[in-house]
Amino acid sequence: MSALKTIPKAPSDDKRWRIVDSTMRRNGYEGHALIESLHSVQQAFGYLDEPGIRYVASALRVPISKAFGVATFYHYFTLKPQGKHACVVCLGTACYIKGSGEMLKRVSQKYAIKEGETTPDGELSLLSARCIGACGLAPAVVLDGEVLAKHTADDVVVKIERKLKP
Amino acid sequence: MTPEELQTLAARGQEKFAHYKHVLNVCMESGCVSSRSDTVADALDKEIAKRGAKEQICIKRVGCLCSCAQGPMVSQDDGKVLYKEVKAEDAGAILDAVGSKPVSRLQMPADHPFFTKQLRVVREHAGKFDPEDLEDSIRVGAYHGLMKVLTQMTPAEVIAEITTSGLRGRGGAGFPTGLKWSTVAKAGNPTKYIVCNGDEGDPGAFMDRSVMEGDPHRVLEGMAIAAYAVGAQKGVIYVRAEYPLAVKRLTRAINQATRQELLGANILGTKFGFTVEIRLGAGAFVCGEETALLASIEGRRGLPRPRPPFPANSGLYNCPTLINNVETFANIAPIINKGGAWFSKIGTAKSKGTKLFALTGKIVNTGLIEVPMGISLREIIFDMGGGIPDGRKFKAVQTGGPSGGCIPEKHLDIPVDYESLASVGSIMGSGGMIVMDDTSNMVDVARFFMDFCASESCGKCVPCRVGTYHMHEILRRINDGEGTSADLMLLRELCDTVKTTSLCGLGQTAPNPVLSTLRYFEQEYLDLISRAEATRAAAGDGHSKKAAGTTGLEVTL
Repeated sequence: MSALKTIPKAPSDDKRWRIVDSTMRRNGYEGHALIESLHSVQQAFGYLDEPGIRYVASALRVPISKAFGVATFYHYFTLKPQGKHACVVCLGTACYIKGSGEMLKRVSQKYAIKEGETTPDGELSLLSARCIGACGLAPAVVLDGEVLAKHTADDVVVKIERKLKP
Repeated sequence: MTPEELQTLAARGQEKFAHYKHVLNVCMESGCVSSRSDTVADALDKEIAKRGAKEQICIKRVGCLCSCAQGPMVSQDDGKVLYKEVKAEDAGAILDAVGSKPVSRLQMPADHPFFTKQLRVVREHAGKFDPEDLEDSIRVGAYHGLMKVLTQMTPAEVIAEITTSGLRGRGGAGFPTGLKWSTVAKAGNPTKYIVCNGDEGDPGAFMDRSVMEGDPHRVLEGMAIAAYAVGAQKGVIYVRAEYPLAVKRLTRAINQATRQELLGANILGTKFGFTVEIRLGAGAFVCGEETALLASIEGRRGLPRPRPPFPANSGLYNCPTLINNVETFANIAPIINKGGAWFSKIGTAKSKGTKLFALTGKIVNTGLIEVPMGISLREIIFDMGGGIPDGRKFKAVQTGGPSGGCIPEKHLDIPVDYESLASVGSIMGSGGMIVMDDTSNMVDVARFFMDFCASESCGKCVPCRVGTYHMHEILRRINDGEGTSADLMLLRELCDTVKTTSLCGLGQTAPNPVLSTLRYFEQEYLDLISRAEATRAAAGDGHSKKAAGTTGLEVTL
């Protein structure tokens, strides 16, 4: 007897769940679409929260432990909401050799947040990347999606300041 | 599309561009786009429209023009004139110069060894056509190799051709591609998969990104040829989520090819069917390991498993699976078009063909290069790369990323091939080549890579999970001036244990950066340790007085 697949109700009536639903539907609600679906949640909401992971897990009929396992295993997924602005410092080898480690330290000290943290006012998140593949532009920093090439730590701080206090 | 239609389309493409007197190619890969090459291309378009020169000059948005640090790059008439660091406001000047004297303030020498010493097989057309335009891709030869195998060759002949070529896996390990293909072809299961490994997790490397962004149809064509050769029906490209432009171009290419029956149920009007889908990685270096990659495609954590069974027999969804790297697949079409014998003439006795390298770090000319195997590191770094900037001295070149090693000056004359690089304690790897000058602290470099490996260790096997953590801790201690002589012994012992007992390639190769820096730059470790011991002795720490004595430092009590 083929079990009828019952699709659970989305955690809220936020329209963004439709994007997630369409990803899962496109993959036939198969368990192997777990990573794709989590990508979809993160893209729509900016991060993965517990109701979101639970929803995807039950829709794909994957154990919740497995879904949390996947969400926490991969660096790309984040379980915390991000700040209004995001500063990603590339720590790929080429960038590191050219001083991106110092840059990360500088931004971290200036805003008193560690890598992976957000300022208490929710304005700025400081993140690092393993390599964004823009090694020719080393050291590279991505500020709100814009790649800042060959900047000094001072330049980066100035640009962040401009974002925070326009 | 039938084979005849493909040829007609190629001819039409030739015609379409034949009437232009000049072509201006603007690089549209991630590096240059980050420096806003899109605004340059738009400005050129506008300026041409304003001048009514649309029928004489063609603006194309193309793949990488190699000199990534000096973007946005613009090339006139297929590289005859090259411009660097072009801004949107330069559009007028560049157009004024077409057909007369080039704009000297923007020009870079197109006859520099950085360009002339390259040999382009994988990137033979890259930078000369628009990768988002199927017709333009076909004009430069896309899918002609696929047409040839479907109309003139049996699967066995295709494998024989690849075997003759001597092509080896470009992901780093260098497994013979022909042998891998024939193993999958022999596997009994009728359902088989082709997987393209585009999880370029190696920090400091962007060759695969460039191939996927600059010539996505060539990757698809290579996969389709492989599918025909081994009898597979489905393909998956596993791409890093960190490469959004590559994902976009590949998605577009798959849709275009499917619409034109270059992928799908009846490719080029034959009975052969093959479909490709994209799977996004999620930032795990270990997923470059094939069994971990398969686990990730199946939606699980990227944990490797012991082999055998090898993926060739039991891979994706337990079916026989052929896994090759992006660059390997991109080598297939030229081998089919020009023959395995032609390909095998390039390179050295055991390493055939060319290799893409991302030349970065403390070097004058940064960028993407494709060189024949066997070229020396010295030629790459000093002739092509232009040496070390700011009057500094060369110290080491790092190849192979976290799995590779640092090669010092005395070995710069070795030929670049799989065996020679391994003999000096590094590996070919996927193609990252990071140059370090005499300001680089090699202990910190080793610590940097061990930090990477410890954080990327999947945690499945103990030697890697625990070993990389402790190796990192020791390296941090030494680097921060807290090391002791005993640390060095323990470090060597741990390197040996982790190397020989880890489950997968990540752990087995994680000690390489440490071992190679210990081999060539041991003095830096010793200096840091003796300085630490002297400091401790001066502070009156009884324990380290004895240790300081062994380093020959006089301690006045």
